[in-house]
Amino acid sequence: MFLINCPYCGERDQQEFKAGGEAHIERPKQPTELSDDEWAEYLFMRKNIKGVQFERWNHAHGCRKWFNMVRDTSNDEIKAIYKMGEKPPSQ
Amino acid sequence: MRNKYSVFSLIKNALSYHENWQRAWKDPAPKKEYDAVIVGGGGHGLATAYYLAKKHNMNNIAVVEKGWIGGGNTGRNTTIIRSNYLWDASAGLYDHALKIWEGLSQELNYNVMFSQRGVMNLAHNLQDVRDLKRRTHANRLNGIDAVYLSTEEVKKFCPIINTSPDIRYPVLGGTLQRRAGTARHDAVAWGYARGADAMGVDIIQNCEVKGIKRNGDSVEGIETTKGFIKTKKVGVVAAGHSSVIANMAGLRLPLESKPLQALVSEPVKPIIDTVVMSNAVHAYVSQSDKGELVIGAGTDDYISYTQKGSHQIVEGTLNAILELYPIFSRMRMLRQWGGIVDICPDASPILSKTSIKGLYFNCGWGTGGFKATPGSGDLFAHTIANDEPHKLNAAFNLNRFVSGDLVDEHGAAAVAH
Repeated sequence: MFLINCPYCGERDQQEFKAGGEAHIERPKQPTELSDDEWAEYLFMRKNIKGVQFERWNHAHGCRKWFNMVRDTSNDEIKAIYKMGEKPPSQ
Repeated sequence: MRNKYSVFSLIKNALSYHENWQRAWKDPAPKKEYDAVIVGGGGHGLATAYYLAKKHNMNNIAVVEKGWIGGGNTGRNTTIIRSNYLWDASAGLYDHALKIWEGLSQELNYNVMFSQRGVMNLAHNLQDVRDLKRRTHANRLNGIDAVYLSTEEVKKFCPIINTSPDIRYPVLGGTLQRRAGTARHDAVAWGYARGADAMGVDIIQNCEVKGIKRNGDSVEGIETTKGFIKTKKVGVVAAGHSSVIANMAGLRLPLESKPLQALVSEPVKPIIDTVVMSNAVHAYVSQSDKGELVIGAGTDDYISYTQKGSHQIVEGTLNAILELYPIFSRMRMLRQWGGIVDICPDASPILSKTSIKGLYFNCGWGTGGFKATPGSGDLFAHTIANDEPHKLNAAFNLNRFVSGDLVDEHGAAAVAH
């Protein structure tokens, strides 16, 4: 449980948000040409990092907008928050 | 030579004020090389080592544990054992484990306090009723004992449940597996550690894995905080930290690690003599032999390795517990804790070879691995020793995420994930 600074609404309780998992997983440009292995990579395989991780969040009980977050999963400390489409900050 | 625990050894040691008990396992320094190394000294890892030594004659093996034996999820779960899973593959896997549980204390010469007090799952809406009836039939087709109970039968089996029709989530029925129950979780780790140690397995605590050394597509050994250990076979049983080890080997797994919480109350006299689980409101409760109510809550929905968990998760669970059991309204909670669980997209485990020769993973047990401990160890030992899965864990391979042949137990496994 922690506070999240929504880029649209400001600081709110984490309860209002829904975690969307790992960020910057690009949807395949040519889905029809993908092998089964590549589909598995895209759909299921995750870094699941212990440490600084880039992830997506949704302000589900607020503005309902998606945004990105850089968070240390070993202590839940939020390093940065940026909007969808913006360039991720360097670590 | 390992001394056998018996009533005679108890009397003998009582005479010397219990000061001369033999150590249950040694504290060795790692050797330079082993035939196999198990990473993770929880119940599953120790059971794997035990069955490798016992059934596959692999005695020159080690278990490396970054903390202490049973200090991770083995000592953090709510000790529930059952096998009433929906799909055939899961039924085979979990009932294999349940059958070993039934003779485990005798086999290990260690009292794991296995108690077949029954596990009851409640239905709170019409879809629950349909799902639970379907699962009861599926269980019986697989030879797993299961009965469907009406609301009156639920009340009779566990009289303290509030079966009034006007509560927010009324009890419409339930299922009961009588062979299911609980066991003392620490004792399972200790019993397997003692048994494995007696057969020559080195159990190395405070030894964290820092890297996996590969030669092309084969494993050569592991880097640890106690130096390099050469080995051709590495079995990783690291629960919530499986992805951390996988990343060291350059592998990716379909896992997300999340905090799962549990809590216990102050000890009281016996009040609930079974295990009651409720999927829809996510609350389950049993009573330990010490008298504490053991309550399991849900996972947080974000990835975290903090072993804490959020307050509102516990609050939601306790709200549900209080509505179902008004008699607990003045109970005080004694302790709360979290463990990191590794959850697969299909909520089924992975016991599998990998693309790297000699590297095996036993992970993805998510919120319910304790019940499978003996079966998981047995089947994973078979997989490591033969470099091929046993027929009971063949479906739980890593390749199912490529082939699409998932074992989808989400919501079907009698518990919400």
